Amino acid sequence: MSNGKSFLVDLTKCTACRGCQIACKQWKKLPAEKTKNTGTHQNPPDFSYNTLRVVRFSEKEVNGKIQWFFTPDQCRHCLEAPCKTATNDPGAIIIDEQTGAVVYTEKTAKESYDAVQGICPYNVPRMDKKTKIMRKCDMCIDRVKAGKLPACVASCPTGCMNFGDRDAMLKLADERLAEVKKKHPKAQLVDADTVRVIFLTEDNPTLYATNLMADADATPAGRGGYTRQELFARLAKPVKNVLG
Amino acid sequence: MTNHWIDLKNSDCILIMGSNAAENHPISFKWVTRAQDKGAKLIHVDPRFTRTSAKADLYAPLRSGSDLAFLGGLINYIIEKDLLFKEYVVNYTNASFIVGKSYGFSDGMFTGFNTQTGKYDQSKWGFEKDADGKIKRDNTLSDPRCVFQLMKQHYTRYTVDRVVEMCGTPQDKVLEIFNAYAATGKPDKAGTVMYAMGWTQHTVGVQNIRAMSMIQLLLGNMGVAGGGVNALRGESNVQGSTDHALLFNTVPGYLPTPSTAQPMLADYLKLVKPESKDPMSVNWKKNLPKYAVSLFKSFYKDEAPEQAYSWMPKLDVGQDASWLVLFDEMLRGKFKGFFAWGMNPACSGANSNKTREALTKLDWLVNVNIFDNETSSFWHGPGMHPKKVKTEVFMLPCSVSVEKEGSITNSGRWMQWRYQGPKPLGDSRPDGEIIYELAQKVRALYKEQGGAFPGPVLGLNWEDMGDGRAFSAHKTARLINGYYLKDVEDKQPDGTVKVHKKGSQVVSFAFLKDDGSTCSGNWVYCGSYVDEDPKKGNRAANRSKEQSPAQANVGLFPNWSWAWPVNRRVIYNRASVDLTGKPYAPQKPVLAWDATGKKWDIDVVDGVGGPGAVHPFIMQVEGMGSLFGPGLKDGPFPEYYEPLECPVSEHPFSKVLHNPTALTFAGEKHNSCDPRYPFVCTTYRVTEHWQTGLQTRWQAWLLEAEPQMFCEMSEELATLRGIKNGDKVWLENTRGKLWAIAIVTKRFKPFTVQGQTIHEVGIPWHFGWRFPKDGGDAANLLAPSVGDPNTGIPETKAFMVNVRKA
Repeated sequence: MSNGKSFLVDLTKCTACRGCQIACKQWKKLPAEKTKNTGTHQNPPDFSYNTLRVVRFSEKEVNGKIQWFFTPDQCRHCLEAPCKTATNDPGAIIIDEQTGAVVYTEKTAKESYDAVQGICPYNVPRMDKKTKIMRKCDMCIDRVKAGKLPACVASCPTGCMNFGDRDAMLKLADERLAEVKKKHPKAQLVDADTVRVIFLTEDNPTLYATNLMADADATPAGRGGYTRQELFARLAKPVKNVLG
Repeated sequence: MTNHWIDLKNSDCILIMGSNAAENHPISFKWVTRAQDKGAKLIHVDPRFTRTSAKADLYAPLRSGSDLAFLGGLINYIIEKDLLFKEYVVNYTNASFIVGKSYGFSDGMFTGFNTQTGKYDQSKWGFEKDADGKIKRDNTLSDPRCVFQLMKQHYTRYTVDRVVEMCGTPQDKVLEIFNAYAATGKPDKAGTVMYAMGWTQHTVGVQNIRAMSMIQLLLGNMGVAGGGVNALRGESNVQGSTDHALLFNTVPGYLPTPSTAQPMLADYLKLVKPESKDPMSVNWKKNLPKYAVSLFKSFYKDEAPEQAYSWMPKLDVGQDASWLVLFDEMLRGKFKGFFAWGMNPACSGANSNKTREALTKLDWLVNVNIFDNETSSFWHGPGMHPKKVKTEVFMLPCSVSVEKEGSITNSGRWMQWRYQGPKPLGDSRPDGEIIYELAQKVRALYKEQGGAFPGPVLGLNWEDMGDGRAFSAHKTARLINGYYLKDVEDKQPDGTVKVHKKGSQVVSFAFLKDDGSTCSGNWVYCGSYVDEDPKKGNRAANRSKEQSPAQANVGLFPNWSWAWPVNRRVIYNRASVDLTGKPYAPQKPVLAWDATGKKWDIDVVDGVGGPGAVHPFIMQVEGMGSLFGPGLKDGPFPEYYEPLECPVSEHPFSKVLHNPTALTFAGEKHNSCDPRYPFVCTTYRVTEHWQTGLQTRWQAWLLEAEPQMFCEMSEELATLRGIKNGDKVWLENTRGKLWAIAIVTKRFKPFTVQGQTIHEVGIPWHFGWRFPKDGGDAANLLAPSVGDPNTGIPETKAFMVNVRKA
């Protein structure tokens, strides 16, 4: 098996135009949510069963200077997906061999949402209340298998969203990191060794979004009494064992 | 744009001012980002920290409406610190011209002002000429009456301290930006400006652009790769509609609209034909009579040019038929009927309540649009009493752009052919078809019943735009290009004669004639459709990426679509080389002289002849870039004035507070320094919506992302008014009242102006009461009907409001 596919999300180039957010809904034919302006441009406010991709806006003052950080957030397609370890039916979450895409099926309806959602280090999966089916980004596996780019990547005007063979993306990521570091010494690649969606930040990832980095979230999620960290620790054990 | 979108990548310093390009022209950032990757500096100057600012290397806040202080300050800085590109300034601009004795300037006013009419006599601003009629020059730039010295003197008042005082921009930022931008005055460096409505929608809108054009000339940034003055147009085809004379003051190809002051063709041709006594001036506009006659012949091809001209509609002498004036006259009952075609004036025009009231004075209103909107539904809108409204409203559903074939012209002047995608829904029709059928009916009625002045209606060349039943985009495009109306003999350089057959397409405007033997619906597009066979002739449909390495170096793509004029991608490119033809920026030339082949390579050169043969600014009468510009109604040098509604009672540049020539309407009050309306308000767009939101508010995915009218404000103002983030607030002034959701943000900061704290708020203009029900209404309810004296564009970027918690 090849190393599959990966994304490089070069946040230094994201203008939060939200082309990717809309393109995702368009390709997936997902309905719009009834939203309200709540004092932010971020809308829909978060992931939902019908919103697999959301651009997060974060205003921060760093050293007295206003900055606005944008994160086109999506499933990271972990190399060893913790969510899969939280399921019983091997058909509920499939890892596509060719690409490495982590794909949810309708069989997720029979799985524990608390477990699947709770173990995700990035707080991504969402469930339909009626059908109990869980959903998240599937890497546009249908497009990718047909030789096309994922819809979000195809819509990106600036070169923020990149997609291709993992080796090529890792190479691009290293090149870009070296370049960006000249201007932004704190630049980094987020969780590059463990995920297929690699974010390049120009500063500390926590400035961008709470869950941009896997270990960034320490809030108790109330999922069966466990914090996400605890769930992750509990359920990720087999993964860690496999990895040795 | 003098340049084009891809060319942005060639810049060393990009100034985005009066624009929020990342949000409103998102694709432009593909090229801005490329420039940054190569080390270019991106500067954003804006009242509010936006998605553009977030990507900028340098951001500076500036109070809305104070741009001319900033730009005048930069002019002064460049001159004072001697950062200009002197060789370019001497050879390629009118800096050396001696200005006539009747020109003068004192305390905010130029000579020639008539206090009764509120207008200037522009003839006072001419140049001094010698006995042969040639303009006197001083190439040492030291004559106290030369343009350079007058300009220098004019802008000495524009000190950095005063910039800081009026703009509220921190001094260190002003200096950092001035230094960074002025650094592009080096011969091999290029700075570019991306601007949009943030500069134009002011009572000094045109002068904002003028000031920047002067900066670009001083720094030698015109005509070069990565330079130019680049207007980012607000619709994909605004450039095309302007070229084709959407505005009242021009007919297609930027020819002036005939007026009753030119009753005969000869009068008109005399008006449009400028004269230069300088043999090195191409003075391209001397050809305008050929283009004008060819235009009139495109309308009335069977008539003699004199007759065709006599049928052209004419403005009354001095008549202003711009937007605000039209609605003012509508309000006064001067119109019976009105076609709102692809527009939503009830939301899009300043002072919406006035506009909406004006619509009640009509007998009938036809709305041609893809959705019912605030204009067609005005009669049951907020505050209206349907039973009292007499206006009968008709709705003609038209198809959307992707449902029809035709061309669009982008900001970079590229005419691009588009093919029909899906078929129009139901009975909706392309606009061309609606116009075509409407005209057919009107003509039939004239034929049957007669009527006043039937000649222009019945004599109109209608067959060249359709087949008698349906509109044809190809036929119309061929007419716009132009063709021979009779066989025309053309002597070749080798002495042979080539005959252009009647009915064949004209290949370039150089072949257009003033004797009635050619027609062309728009001379700047002559060369776009050069053979009747679309496959051979329709250059707008060109889609080849083939180009030479030198063209690829600057991203010229000459075989992709077609750019007016004559497929020239960078206008005034002759200014990119010195008098010997050597490119000033050898690493990114747009023009190269091939001495052996005796021809220019890379782009299509401006004007004929080798290096130094002619002056580069061929559309200017004297061939020089205009540092001194006598053509505008409010002065030959941009001068600082406050917006008609402003938070200050004086400014340090002169005693004249507002533009004395601004377009205003009697009886309408403007509230400067009124404690009831203490906050500056500006309007803008967001990525997710389009214009008044007519198309986008009905798109669920876009509405989901920006669902409601909002008002962005600083934390300081919110505290002052007891407003919390997400609260509903009211904005109000004497013209109207509007609710919005407060976005309290660190991205807006109060300004310190003349020692006072001035708060500013911003609202988007995409909403309207018709849909969605909880979306809000038009920002223009609050904007004043005052306008720029040259264009009539309303001042919707700076006016005064109050804001309070709802």
